[in-house]
Amino acid sequence: MAGVHVSTNVNGDAVEFVCPQNETLLDSLRDRVGLTGVKEGCGTGDCGACSITLDGRLVCSCLVLGAEANGREIGTVEGLAEGARLHPLQQKFIEHAALQCGICTPGFLVAAKALLDRIPDPSEEEIRYALAGNLCRCTGYDKIVRAVQAAAEELR
Amino acid sequence: MRYESPTTSSEAAAYLAEEKGEAFVLAGGTDLLVRMKTGLIEPDLIVDIKRIPVMQTIEVNDDGFRIGAGVSGAELGENEALVQAWPGVVEATNLIGSDQIQGRCTMVGNLCNASPAADSVPAMIAANARAVVVGGSGQRIIPVEDVVTGPGQTTLAKGEVIEAILLPSRPAESGDAYLRFIPRTEMDIAVVSAGVSLTLEQGVIKSARVALGAVAPTVVLVPDAATAIIGTRLEDDALLNLASACSAACNPIDDKRGTIEYRTKVAGVLGRRAAKIAYQRAGGA
Ligand SMILES: Cc1cc2nc3c(=O)[nH]c(=O)nc-3n(C[C@H](O)[C@H](O)[C@H](O)COP(=O)(O)OP(=O)(O)OC[C@H]3O[C@@H](n4cnc5c(N)ncnc54)[C@H](O)[C@@H]3O)c2cc1C
Ligand code: FES
Ligand code: FES
Repeated sequence: MAGVHVSTNVNGDAVEFVCPQNETLLDSLRDRVGLTGVKEGCGTGDCGACSITLDGRLVCSCLVLGAEANGREIGTVEGLAEGARLHPLQQKFIEHAALQCGICTPGFLVAAKALLDRIPDPSEEEIRYALAGNLCRCTGYDKIVRAVQAAAEELR
Repeated sequence: MRYESPTTSSEAAAYLAEEKGEAFVLAGGTDLLVRMKTGLIEPDLIVDIKRIPVMQTIEVNDDGFRIGAGVSGAELGENEALVQAWPGVVEATNLIGSDQIQGRCTMVGNLCNASPAADSVPAMIAANARAVVVGGSGQRIIPVEDVVTGPGQTTLAKGEVIEAILLPSRPAESGDAYLRFIPRTEMDIAVVSAGVSLTLEQGVIKSARVALGAVAPTVVLVPDAATAIIGTRLEDDALLNLASACSAACNPIDDKRGTIEYRTKVAGVLGRRAAKIAYQRAGGA
């Protein structure tokens, strides 16, 4: 099987890789681009651990082919911090202890950022709906919701 | 597996027609990639339609709306003219999955996956939507209710691809609505669902279409339910007749999500509630 050559942009940087035609973008990002912030929880669109933005839209990278990324713009959790300065969402997740094992955290951060980019002042209900595609088996969600509220306040 | 991303519909149709092995169209991939991952299918060819410009736009003219097959649920919800004209179709499509799934899923993928519980389908059928099908011999336009014949089965021939969904222009005093019942509020498969679209004349229902999901092997159009409310102002007895017609049209499965008896009853309840919302949206009191 011939590989497909993909030229894309990840977190503002031009990136090229070659991947099998049936490889998911999740695997391409982890194994070829070296961005291991995208996690595989389920591989079937249910858990959101693999969340990224594709041309600005929140998607599950496990349900996108690497080949589809050609010419697109990808955003991952690695693009949130500016150098050593954490994004307010990241800072508030730490302060509110919104994680335990942390496997779900990159996905929550990317999804929460997509929400705040769209709605800077979300209600608790809007936050819970917007994060319904992200599963966490450790925290019970409350601390995550508080962290997002705190980050939203700081960003405004 | 080979991946192709053509830029015209006829090129896409030709790829599908020429492939000797198993060929699939890739829209949002939220069904297709799950089926690949779980080993249910092993495609030899995938034809991505998201680089075909005519499939990426929502256009409106005197005849109504033309929604490209690659338009995502999220994009539908952001189109104000469409939300205004066909709120039921948009709310049904926006119920599919999470925000992540909305970023990718399409109405046509929802239709062609051919699940009886597909959320956008009862709303499209109630809205009298049609599908533009492109194949080797040109184009044909068919009612959405003629696309699916059973779970996982469609009438599309090898080499055919749906290019767009057409929604008629909205007459005055019209409204549509979609409701589904699930045990939680998000991320679940409909146990029963109902789509209703109707048009009034001075408050009296002049025409109507009612469709039910998850109560038979395919989504069903229920003409008797429409007849039950045409000529009425949706008075209590009209609503009762509508509910019985909905229940009578059910041929559901019995499973852990709902018994036959339960689904049959809830179909009537949802049909009634959806009709009330549609009636209000049409400007009826
Ligand atoms: C986590 C999760 C939650 C979900 N929740 C819901 C839900 O609440 N309600 C619901 O109804 N569904 C749900 N789904 C199923 C799925 O998201 C929907 O059916 C969706 O609309 C499929 O659209 P797609 O564009 O992703 O389809 P794809 O996966 O791209 O395609 C689906 C099928 O249709 C065919 N196809 C696609 N486009 C065309 C075309 N233009 N011409 C011909 N054939 C075509 C494909 O070959 C494939 O067989 C969920 C899925 C996931 C993973
Ligand atoms: S790994 Fe993609 S949603 Fe779970
Ligand atoms: S912190 Fe462990 S799954 Fe969320």
